[in-house]
Amino acid sequence: MTALLEVTGINKRFGGVHAVHNLSLTVQDGEILGLIGPNGAGKSTVFNVINGIYPPDQGRVVFKGQDITGEPPYRIARRGVARAHQIVQPLASMTVLENCTVGACFGQADLPLGRARDVVHEAAEIVGLTDRLDHLAGQLTTAGKKHLELARALSARPELLLLDEVLAGLNPTEIERMIAVIRRIRDRGIAILMIEHVMRAVMSLSDRVVVLNLGGKLAEGTPQSVTRNPDVIAAYLGEPEPTAVSEGL
Amino acid sequence: MTAHESFSGAAEAAAPRSEERDGLLAIILRHPFAWLIALLGLVFAILPVWGDNVQLRESLLLAAVYVTLASNLNIVLGYAGYVNFGNIVFFGLGGYVCVYLVSEWQWPLGVAALIAGILVSLLALIFGLGILRLRGAFFALATIGVNEAVKAFVANFEPWGGAAGIYLSLDVYEPLGGPGQALWIVYFLIVAVMTASLFLSYAIKRSKFGLGLLAIGENEDAAAVLGVHTPRYKALAYSASAFLPAIVGGLYFFKTGTIEPGGAFDLTRSIEAIVMVMLGGIGSVTGAALGAFLYEELRGVLLTTEAFSHFQLVIAGLLLLGIVLFAPGGLMGFVYRRWPRARRLLQ
Repeated sequence: MTALLEVTGINKRFGGVHAVHNLSLTVQDGEILGLIGPNGAGKSTVFNVINGIYPPDQGRVVFKGQDITGEPPYRIARRGVARAHQIVQPLASMTVLENCTVGACFGQADLPLGRARDVVHEAAEIVGLTDRLDHLAGQLTTAGKKHLELARALSARPELLLLDEVLAGLNPTEIERMIAVIRRIRDRGIAILMIEHVMRAVMSLSDRVVVLNLGGKLAEGTPQSVTRNPDVIAAYLGEPEPTAVSEGL
Repeated sequence: MTAHESFSGAAEAAAPRSEERDGLLAIILRHPFAWLIALLGLVFAILPVWGDNVQLRESLLLAAVYVTLASNLNIVLGYAGYVNFGNIVFFGLGGYVCVYLVSEWQWPLGVAALIAGILVSLLALIFGLGILRLRGAFFALATIGVNEAVKAFVANFEPWGGAAGIYLSLDVYEPLGGPGQALWIVYFLIVAVMTASLFLSYAIKRSKFGLGLLAIGENEDAAAVLGVHTPRYKALAYSASAFLPAIVGGLYFFKTGTIEPGGAFDLTRSIEAIVMVMLGGIGSVTGAALGAFLYEELRGVLLTTEAFSHFQLVIAGLLLLGIVLFAPGGLMGFVYRRWPRARRLLQ
């Protein structure tokens, strides 16, 4: 069986920094894969390589059986990979509706302008932005902008969603809501690769977890097995105290 | 999958961009702004005919040329967010191609102007694919470079008369019924090109292509991640913004009867076009037209006022500074803020 996304042996250096070191991972259809690790572990670099912000120095990225290594981001988006950024990137003086329409018209859905509306409304409904469609993106709250990132990515009707810390900066109530939203997205058959620091969310949402440290893979497995892994505990805390890992870092 | 149905009512109100493809009449009714453009073209065409007012015609001709330059510049500057300092190169090059075809090859004016538009547009596409890799100040510098390079090339290109340029003989006006009638015909053609420019700006703004350009203007990296083919879109916008200015350049220099490198590739005009777009409101179709018209009228007043005649460009510079510092949205930015509904009617 071939995976939806297969990343094989990627390396990425920035000057003297070896940001990603010989990393391989796979995402299966309809799965949520959590990507965790301490700050600076290379998680966002992995995302940037997958969606074509920059090519890897070595290694291959295969999506739906096709080699997409080094393709520009707009081509990868067309193939069905959408991304919600860690640092929100709203098209600030456009409305929420227009932001999402860009997603629907240029992403995998590739819709004509006139047919984007239904898709956008559906995405906004899932994320809970329906009442703010005519607001300017730049005037949304932080949580609102996070929701917009997600709605815009969903509007593209992707097969793989890259979520880069969509829970960061949200309060506990908003986190609970967002976790429910992510579940709903997965239930629609969209595979998710998720970078997250909020451990509660990672543990409850992920089917599998990959732990990165210093650019390389430290551990991989179910959330439970990973949290019991002594290497992981050492990397995060430097002391064998498994219960401490389960709260946000 | 059923969720969106219950929201279709709200969708109507919140979805100015989303339109179904349907009949021509329905499209016309839904686009009052297109009617305003057509009306403006008619007013321009009729006003000077009324009372055979040649002085008014000359003033409106210049205004129409500037509206054309400003609204096409707006596609790159206002929509895609790229400052094209060398925008006048399209105007000058179009002028040269057209004048050359008319004078050396005796081509009819309309055909020569159209060919000029197509050639310059293609050239812009090639240049665009190269220089649009640059961003911000580097792109702006490169556009000045393009203009200066073309100017230097033309000044040394003997078939186009080198530094002396090309002078048209009065014979070229004969097919149009003599110089007097030719001036009227050229005027109507320029007004038609101006109207076409405004239609083009409007059509692009309301299209998927325009949405992609606006996304690039807001945040190019985010646009690419969302799937906008940024290099292609930018190059196409740059190329599209060259077509009508090249045609209007051809018509304008046919009318003046002479073209030389200094007048054809005058950076001052480039900068004035930027002032016009900024004055009217960057990204607004109405704004570009309004800014061009007002600036042209202001310039006319300054040039004919003794005290200011030498300081016309100083005023332009101060105006640009004032807009950038205090009113980055220009006149239409103010209007849109004051009357948000105006955004629908005056695009």
